[in-house]
Amino acid sequence: SAADKNNIKAAWNAIGSHAGDHGAEALERMFHSFPTTKTYFSHFDLSHGSTQIKGHGKKVADALGNAVNHLDDIPTALSALSDLHAHKLRVDPVNFKFLSHCLLVTLASHHPAEFTPAVHASLDKFFATVSTVLTSKYR
Amino acid sequence: MVHFTAEEKSTILSLWGKVNVEEAGGEALGRLLVVYPWTQRFFDSFGNLSSASAIMGNPKVKAHGKKVLTSFGEAVKNMDNLKPAFAKLSELHCDKLHVDPENFKLLGNVMVIILATHFGKEFTPDVQAAWQKLVSGVATALAHKYH
Repeated sequence: SAADKNNIKAAWNAIGSHAGDHGAEALERMFHSFPTTKTYFSHFDLSHGSTQIKGHGKKVADALGNAVNHLDDIPTALSALSDLHAHKLRVDPVNFKFLSHCLLVTLASHHPAEFTPAVHASLDKFFATVSTVLTSKYR
Repeated sequence: MVHFTAEEKSTILSLWGKVNVEEAGGEALGRLLVVYPWTQRFFDSFGNLSSASAIMGNPKVKAHGKKVLTSFGEAVKNMDNLKPAFAKLSELHCDKLHVDPENFKLLGNVMVIILATHFGKEFTPDVQAAWQKLVSGVATALAHKYH
């Protein structure tokens, strides 16, 4: 909805330049709380502060930022990533929920004032939509 | 059965000690109803749930949230025996309340998010991991007696 879009854009603005750091933190939280997610990163150094996690966190954050700028057509904006996840990465769909949850936890812990119930709802919807798009070409 | 290390237990206990159960309970249930509106199906008798502010301010939501979180306190006291501790509540949720156990996971995750808003930096990945284990254990215990 229009209200959701406003909430999402406002939240992303509040995050500003921290997006990359938040992305990395969300990944770290996910690996800690949901260890099965580590199976997709056996080629990574997953220790705290790892350069690879920082880099990957920024990648994820940038992609999400791109989606925020194209809320009216997320499938088109994320089409290449959708192909990637379907044909190359093949991350089981359940894992998108884990990362989405950890993104919410990260944002909640760093921006409690902005993270109102309505904003929480809009962001949850946003991450769910992104997850659906990223798994849409799986079969 | 979920197993908690001594460290995880003390992490959970020390955070729980600082939680205002009444406030957090209302907030958790409120956010559940706002973020996942289909969960409102169990609360037709609660009156005005028409907007986020109506939900968060609704006295029945606050009261029931407090009840739920107080009961969660039992989990914190019985981390080694979650299934027996929640046996009766499990039967209640199945036989009388007819709540899909999926909802316990949703509420558990909302609780984790609220702890994050309240405790900020203190809610580190390690602390979160301990709490994820607890909410997941409680969700499983509450679903255990379903038939």
